[in-house]
Amino acid sequence: MGLFSSSKGAFRGAKGDLVLDGVRKTFGDFTAVDGIDLTIPRGSFFALLGPSGCGKTTTLRMIAGLEQPTEGRVMIGQTDLTGSRPYERPVNTVFQSYALFPHLSIRDNVAFGPKRRGVSDAAAQADSALELVQMGHLAGRKPAQLSGGQQQRVALARAIVNNPEVLLLDEPLGALDLKLRREMQVELKRIQDDVGLTFVHVTHDQEEAMTMADTVAVMNQGQIEQIGPPEALYDLPKTRFVAGFLGKSNMGKATVVGREGDQVVVEFAGTTATVPAARAPEGADEVWFGIRPEKVRIVTDQSGGHRDDVRVTVVDVSFTGVATEYIVTVPSGRSWTVYEQNMDVDPNPIRPGDTVWLEWDPAHSFAVPRSADDPDPAGDAAELESAVAS
Amino acid sequence: MSVVAEPAEELTPQREPDPPRSKRRFNTTAFLLLLPGVLWLIVFFVVPIVQLFTVSLQSKYPGFPGYYYRDVNVGNYVTALAEFWPHFVRSLLYGGLATFFAFALAYPLAYAMAFKAGRWRNVMLICVIAPFFTSFILRTIAWRQILADDGFVASALRTLHLLPGDRITETWIAVVAGLTYNFLPFMVLPIYASLERADPKVIEAGGDLYGNGFTTFRTVTLPMSLPGVLAGTLLTFIPASGDFVNASLLGSDRSTKMVGNVIESQFFKVPGGFPVAASLSFTLMAVILVLVTLYVRRFGSEELV
Repeated sequence: MGLFSSSKGAFRGAKGDLVLDGVRKTFGDFTAVDGIDLTIPRGSFFALLGPSGCGKTTTLRMIAGLEQPTEGRVMIGQTDLTGSRPYERPVNTVFQSYALFPHLSIRDNVAFGPKRRGVSDAAAQADSALELVQMGHLAGRKPAQLSGGQQQRVALARAIVNNPEVLLLDEPLGALDLKLRREMQVELKRIQDDVGLTFVHVTHDQEEAMTMADTVAVMNQGQIEQIGPPEALYDLPKTRFVAGFLGKSNMGKATVVGREGDQVVVEFAGTTATVPAARAPEGADEVWFGIRPEKVRIVTDQSGGHRDDVRVTVVDVSFTGVATEYIVTVPSGRSWTVYEQNMDVDPNPIRPGDTVWLEWDPAHSFAVPRSADDPDPAGDAAELESAVAS
Repeated sequence: MSVVAEPAEELTPQREPDPPRSKRRFNTTAFLLLLPGVLWLIVFFVVPIVQLFTVSLQSKYPGFPGYYYRDVNVGNYVTALAEFWPHFVRSLLYGGLATFFAFALAYPLAYAMAFKAGRWRNVMLICVIAPFFTSFILRTIAWRQILADDGFVASALRTLHLLPGDRITETWIAVVAGLTYNFLPFMVLPIYASLERADPKVIEAGGDLYGNGFTTFRTVTLPMSLPGVLAGTLLTFIPASGDFVNASLLGSDRSTKMVGNVIESQFFKVPGGFPVAASLSFTLMAVILVLVTLYVRRFGSEELV
C-alpha cells in the first residue's frame, strides 16, 4: 500500500473538467478511437451516443484506465491521468453487465470501494448510498437474489459511494425492459442532480441520450461527428450521419443552384427548395437536403405560391393515436416520412395511393455536406437507421 | 358479458386434472432414469460396504488361520488404531502435503490458462489432460527413474548439497512428489473451470473500485474461484490419502508406509488379516469423511475474505 501512496494520492486528488486531448486507440490494424478532443465540464451530464462499434465504449474504458490510449492524453483538471492504473483514478464505472461481486452481500459490494480507500465508516457510507438508490432494505442479500433493475441500482450505488470526480456509465440501462428503462432514466437524472458529479453516459439509444444529457456527442467510426445540447443537435445536424442517427430525417440528394440573400436555393427530385444559409454548409454545392418528418405538412390541394413543396404518392398510413405516420414516395423514388398530429378527426382521411403535396416552413430545413462516395439510395431515414443498426 | 364468461369458467375445472397426471408421468420417467444408477450403486457400493463392515467385525477361529466366524469383535478396530495409528497420521500428512503442493502448482497454472494463455489455452489444457492417456502405474514407475539415485535430479541436488539423506527414492519426498504429480490434473481442472467462468468485468470492477492487482486478486478473483479450489482439494486429498501405489513404488517399506499399504499387506500377505484390513479401511473412510465434512462446512458456503 504505502509503496505507491504518493503517486496514488496525486491522481486521486485530481479535480476539475475531464479533458481528452487527441486520444487515439488502435487494436492491431483496427482503429477503435481515431483522435478525440473533448472537454466535459465538471458536474455535467454528458452522453456519448453512437452505434455499436463506434468506439464509445473504448473511449469510456480509456477514461476509466481499463485501456491505455495509443496516443493522446486523458486529464482531469490539471492532472494528467494517462498511464495511471484504474485504482489510482478518481473515476468509477457502472458496468453494462453490472459486474457485482457475486460472493459479497449487497452492502459489502457497495462498501468495497470505501474499504479499499481505507475509509473508517465504510459500512455506514454503503448504507447511505443504498438509501439514495432505494435499495437499503436489500443490503443483506447476495446479487444473485436481485432482479436486473435492482442489480443496476446497486451497481450505481457502488460507484457513487466513492464520490468520484467522474462517474462512467457504460450502457447501464441496456439490459432493462422499456418501462424500467424509462423509470431509471428519470432516477439517474435525479441522482445526478443530487450528487452533482460529472456523469459520462455511453449509449446507443438516441432517445436516452437526448432525455438525460446536458450535452451529447455523436460518435461514428472512432470520431466525434458533432457535439452540442440535444435540442441543437436535433434541430441542426451537421452531418448526414447525425441527421439519420439522432431522430429521423427526410433526406434528398440535392445540388445548390443559387443563393438569394441569406437563403440557399437547392434543387432535388425535380423541385427547388430554400434553406437558410446559416443551416447549410458553407461553400459546398453537393449537399443532402433534410427536413424532419414532424416539420412537414400534407396538403391535399396545391394552394399554390409555395416553392418548397413536393408532389408525392402516399404508400402507407399508420394511425398511432396521438399522431398519424405517413410513408410517401417523392418523385426521385425515395421514401419520406411525415408525422401529423391528430388535432381533429378528418372526415376524408388520406389513404394509400392518394396523390398529395408536402409543404414545410423553409426555416426548418437544413442541408449537410455530401461527398461523391456517399451511398446514394439510403436517403430515407428508415434505410439509414437500419444500416446504422446493423 | 355472461356469454364470454361462461366458457372461461368451464375451462378452469377441465384443466385441473392435468397437473397431477403430468406429475405422475414425470415421476415414472425420473424413476426409470434413476434405476440403472441406483442398481449399480446397490450392487457395487452398498452391498460391498455392508460386506466390508461385517468382515471388519469378524473373529478368527483360534488355531485356524484364514478362517473367521461372524461376530461383533470391536477388537479389530482397537488393533487397527493401536498398531497402525502412525500410518494413519502419515497418510493424512502426505495427502495434505500433496494437496497443498498441488494447489500451489495448479492455481497459477489454471490462472494463466484462464486469463493469459489466449490461443495457447487449448494446447495447455491438452497438456494437463494428456498424461491420462498413459497408465497411472507406468507414470509412477517413470518417476522412479526420474528420482533414481544416479538420475539427473538426485545427482544435481547432491552436487548442490541440498540432499541431506543422499537419495530421493525411498523417502517421504518421493512419495509426496509422486502423489502431487498424479493428482495435479484433478486440482487444475476444477480451478480452471471456475476461473474461466468468472466474468472478467467483475475483476475489472475490483480495479475500478480502488483495489490494486494483489488486493483485487485476494478479494475478488480468489473468492470467486473458491468453489473450484474446494472441488480440487477434495478430488486431490481423498484419493491421495488413501493411495498405496506411490508409497509402494517410490517409498521405502519401513519409513513411508501409508494406510493403503498396510491394508494391502493385511489382505494379501498377513494370514488372517482380513478383519483388521477391513476395519482399517472403514476407519480410513470415517476419518476422511469427518475431515471433509469439517472442511466443507468451513469453506463451502462462506467466502475466505
